[in-house]
Amino acid sequence: MPPFTPVLLEAVGIPNGHTLASYRSRGGYAPLEQILREKQPVDVVEMVKASGLRGRGGAGFSTGLKWSFLPKDHPGPIYLCINADESEPGTFNNRILMEDDPHQVIEGIILAAYATRATTAYLYLRYEYPQSWERLQGAIDEAYAAGYLGSAIKGSSFSLNLYLHKGAAAYICGEETGLIESLEGKRAWPRIKPPFPAVEGLFRKPTVVNNIETMACVAQIARRGIDWFRSIGVPADPANPRDPGSYGPKLYCLSGHVERPGCYEAPLGITARQLINEYGGGVWKGRRAKAAIPGGISMGLLTEAELDTPLDFAGPGRVGCLGLGTAAVVVIDETVSIVDFLHNSCRFFAHESCGQCTPCREGTAWSLRMLERIKAGKGRLKDLELLAEIGNTMGMMPGSTICGLADGAAWPIKNAIKKFRGEFEDYIKTTNPTGWMVTDPVPALQIVGAH
Amino acid sequence: MAVVTVDGKDIEIGATERLNCIEVARRAGVEIPHYCWHPGLSVVASCRMCLIETGTRDPATGKVTMMPKLVPGCQTPAKDGTVIVTESALVKESRARVEEALLIDHPIDCPICDKAGECLLQDYHFEHGQAERRADIHAFHSRRRDVGPTVTLFVDRCIMCTRCVRFAREVSGTSELMVINRGAKEEIDVFPGFPLDNKLSGNVVDLCPVGALGDKDFLYQQRVWFLKREANVCGGCATGCSITTEHNQDSVYRLKPRENPHVNKWWMCDDGRYGWHHLHDSSRLLAAEHRSAAGSTRQTIEWPDVVTRLRDDLKGAGSLAVAVSPMLTLEEAWMLCAVARSIDPQAFLAVGHVPTRGADESFPGGFTIRAEKCPNRLGVEAVVSLFDQPLHSWNDLLEHVRAGRTTAAWITAGHPEPWIDAATAATFADLKCLVVQDLFDSPLAQLATWRLPAAGFAERAGTWVNAGHRAQSFEQAIRAPAGVWPEGRLFWNMLGRRGLYDPVAVRQQIAESSATLAALAGEMPATGVDLRLQQLAGA
Repeated sequence: MPPFTPVLLEAVGIPNGHTLASYRSRGGYAPLEQILREKQPVDVVEMVKASGLRGRGGAGFSTGLKWSFLPKDHPGPIYLCINADESEPGTFNNRILMEDDPHQVIEGIILAAYATRATTAYLYLRYEYPQSWERLQGAIDEAYAAGYLGSAIKGSSFSLNLYLHKGAAAYICGEETGLIESLEGKRAWPRIKPPFPAVEGLFRKPTVVNNIETMACVAQIARRGIDWFRSIGVPADPANPRDPGSYGPKLYCLSGHVERPGCYEAPLGITARQLINEYGGGVWKGRRAKAAIPGGISMGLLTEAELDTPLDFAGPGRVGCLGLGTAAVVVIDETVSIVDFLHNSCRFFAHESCGQCTPCREGTAWSLRMLERIKAGKGRLKDLELLAEIGNTMGMMPGSTICGLADGAAWPIKNAIKKFRGEFEDYIKTTNPTGWMVTDPVPALQIVGAH
Repeated sequence: MAVVTVDGKDIEIGATERLNCIEVARRAGVEIPHYCWHPGLSVVASCRMCLIETGTRDPATGKVTMMPKLVPGCQTPAKDGTVIVTESALVKESRARVEEALLIDHPIDCPICDKAGECLLQDYHFEHGQAERRADIHAFHSRRRDVGPTVTLFVDRCIMCTRCVRFAREVSGTSELMVINRGAKEEIDVFPGFPLDNKLSGNVVDLCPVGALGDKDFLYQQRVWFLKREANVCGGCATGCSITTEHNQDSVYRLKPRENPHVNKWWMCDDGRYGWHHLHDSSRLLAAEHRSAAGSTRQTIEWPDVVTRLRDDLKGAGSLAVAVSPMLTLEEAWMLCAVARSIDPQAFLAVGHVPTRGADESFPGGFTIRAEKCPNRLGVEAVVSLFDQPLHSWNDLLEHVRAGRTTAAWITAGHPEPWIDAATAATFADLKCLVVQDLFDSPLAQLATWRLPAAGFAERAGTWVNAGHRAQSFEQAIRAPAGVWPEGRLFWNMLGRRGLYDPVAVRQQIAESSATLAALAGEMPATGVDLRLQQLAGA
C-alpha cells in the first residue's frame, strides 16, 4: 500500500468510529473549543484562506475566499448550507464521511458557521442516503447533547442550529442555487446570477454553500494546522498567477472496471494511473483500460494514454477535460463501447436537466435521441458533427445556460467524439452500412425517450 | 447622462433609469428577440433567445473590453459605457440554435393553430432560424389540456418560457399554474382540482408567445390576419383599461389589453375581456320607436325624423329632466346637456344611474377591478356641473320626478346589464313624454314614449375619464348595427350641426369652455391625460 496515512478517513475501520466518544478520543472537537475560546471568526477565515483549501464539491473555488465574499457587518441572518446532495455519477466520498465520521463533518460545519457568522446551518442530504441520514441525525443529537450545537456553544457567545434536510433526489439540487431554491420549498431551478448567494441566497439572505468534504477538511486544518495541509498536494504553478495550487488530501472515488473499487484518500496530484494501479489493484480481469472519467461523468474522459494526468485541480483541464470535479474516477475497460458509454451519459443528463434553459433542456434530450438512433443502426457520420456542435455550444461557459449542468452534459459528448471519433465512425459504418454517408435531413423517428 | 452603445450607435439614457439591454436596444431601433422576458414579470433568463455580446467602454481611454461569453440581454443591466452587439455571427448562430431547439419538440401545426400570424416562434424562425430541420424527432401532436374555464393548453406547442406561471404567481397572485416534470418532458399544468380560475386569467393567453395557451372564447373563431385593430377603452368598469378592439366586418372577435403604464400596465380583467358579447346580442334595441299615446303600439321612426320630432315633442311636454348616463362619452354628455338646455333652458340635469357590483378588487400586481361598472362617472359629473349646479345624482332625479316637478324626462342608459326594476321605472309612468335610450329593453323602456337604441362601447367615439381622473380618447372601432345611431350622432344632429359627428371638435369646445377640462385640448396621447394633474399644474 502507498505511504499516505488517511486523515479524513481515519475513522474508517474503527469500531463505532461514528460516535462522539470515538471522535473525541481521536482529538476531535478540541480545536473547535479552543478556537471558540481564543479566536475571532475572521481568524478562521484567514486560517482557511492561508491553507489554500479549495472547495471539494466540484468547482474547486477557494473556500476562504468564498466566505470573505459575504457582506461585512450584515445584520443577519447569514445562512450556511452544506451540500450533501452527492449525485454526480461515480461519487461517494461524502457518503463515507457522513456514515463513518459524521462528527468530523459537524465540527467543520460549526467552524465554518463561526467563520461566516451564520447561526443557522442546513445540511442538504440526498434522498438516497438513508444510512447517512441516520448517522448524521444521531451525531447531531449527540452534538446538541454535548453542547457543540445549540445556543452559547461551550460557554462562548456563539450559537448554531444545524438542520438536516432530505432532498427529493434530483441531480440539479446539487447546484448551489438549485439547492437553495429546493431548501426554500421550490422547484430546484438554478437562479440567475448576480446576485450571488453570498449576497442574496437562502431566503434572500447572504448564504454560503459548502461541500461535506470541504467541511471535513476545515476540521482537519483546525486540528493539524495550515502547514500540515499545505505540505500535501501540488503547489501553485509560479508561471501561472491564476493557479492557486491544489493542497491537502483528497478523497478519490474509484469505481468501474478495477480490481478493488473504493474511496481512497490520497494527496491531491496523484495520477489516475497511480490511483488505479496502486490503490485499485489495476484494471480488472487483466484487461487494459480504454478510458477513465477523471472526476465524475460531467468532467469528460481521459484516454488510456492520458491516465498519467495528475488528478489535481488543474490536471484534467490540461487534457481537455472540464476539471477535477468530484474526483470520482470511473475506469472503462477495453471491452466497453464508447458509444454505449456516451449513450448512458446522455441518458443521465437528459433525465436530470432541470429544463429551465432551452439549450440544455432540448440539447440533452436531442443528443440522447441521436445516440438512440445511432445505437439502433441508423447513425450517419453527419450526426457526429451535430453532436459535437451541441457539445460545444451548450453550457454556462459559452453562456447559453444559467448553470453548469449543461457544461457537464456537454463535456462527455465533446471528449468522447474528439478522443474516440474513430470508434464512433467504425460503429456507424458497420451498423449502418447503407446509410452512414447520407447527409440529407434525417427523417423523424417514432421513438420514446428515457422513461 | 449615461451613454450605451448599441451596434455602434450611441444611445443616451437617463442616469436613474434602470433598463436592461433589450429595452435600451429597442430605443436604438434594434429588436433583440426574446420569449421569457416580459416587462411586467420577473426576469428568469431561461429561454436564452436574447443572448447578445456585451462589453464596457473605458471612460478614460475609450477602449472597449468585450465579455468572453454571450449574456442574456434581459438579465444584463445597461449602464454608462455598456456596449451591446446584437448582430455578430456568434449571436446569430446562438439565436438560430435556440430557435432550432425550441422547434425540436414543437408540433409545427401552424395551419390549425390560432396563434399563427402573431406567433413569436413563427416570426423569430423566419427572422433568425435555420432553413433546414436537423432534428430527427417526431413531436407529439395535439395534446390538449383544460387548465381552466377560460384557457386551454396545447401542451406540445409550449416552449416553457413560464410567463404564464410567473403571471399567476406575481400579478394575479393566485398561483394556479406550475411546471411539472423535468427536462424536455416539462409541461405546464394546474394542480388537480385547482384550475386556472381567476379574474385575470385571460392575460396568460396574451402573454403566451406561442400558441400553447388558447383563449376558449376566441378559439377557432377567426384567423388573426383578418382582424382589424382599433385602440379603444374598456367600458366594463371605472378602471377604464386601455384596450385594442379586434374586429372584422363590424363584428368584435376579441379584446386585448393595450399597454398603458398609468392605467392597466399590460393587463385587463376577464370581465372586460369577455364583456363584448352584448354588442352582438340579438335582443338589442335596433330601431328608434315612438308611440303616440300610452298603450298604443310603437311605430318605427326614421332617424332624421327623430331629430326634429323628438325636439318638438319634448318642447311641447313642458319641463324636462335629463339623466346623463356615465356610459356616455364626455362629448356625448356635453352635447346632450346642450340639447336639453336648448329645449328647456331650466332643464334638470342629473348624472344617470351608476351601476355598482361588489367591492373594488385589487391584485398583487397592482391591478384593480372597480366595483363601479361604468367608465365615465367622473367625466359626466364634470360636464353636468358645467351646466347645472349643484350636481344632481340619479336619486335626485327620481325625487325630482316623484315630486312632480317635471313633465318630461330623457333617460340615457346604455348599460349592458339589467339596471332598473319595474318599481323604480314606475316613477316615470305619469310623464307626458319619456325618452329612453338604452341597449336593451327594460321596464323603463316599456314605458317610453320614445324608445331609442343606444350604442355599445366599441361603437362610440369620444373621451372617458376613469376613476383615476385620466381622460382617454378613442375612435369608434365598429359601426353600430343597422338602425342604431350612436348617441353622439343624434345629439350632433339635434344641435343642428352640419356634417358627420366630430368628437374632436366637441372636445375642443369643451376644453375651451371649462378651466377644469382645459387639458382636453389638442391631441390626446394614446395613454390619455391626467385631468387632476393638469389642474394642479394650472393652479
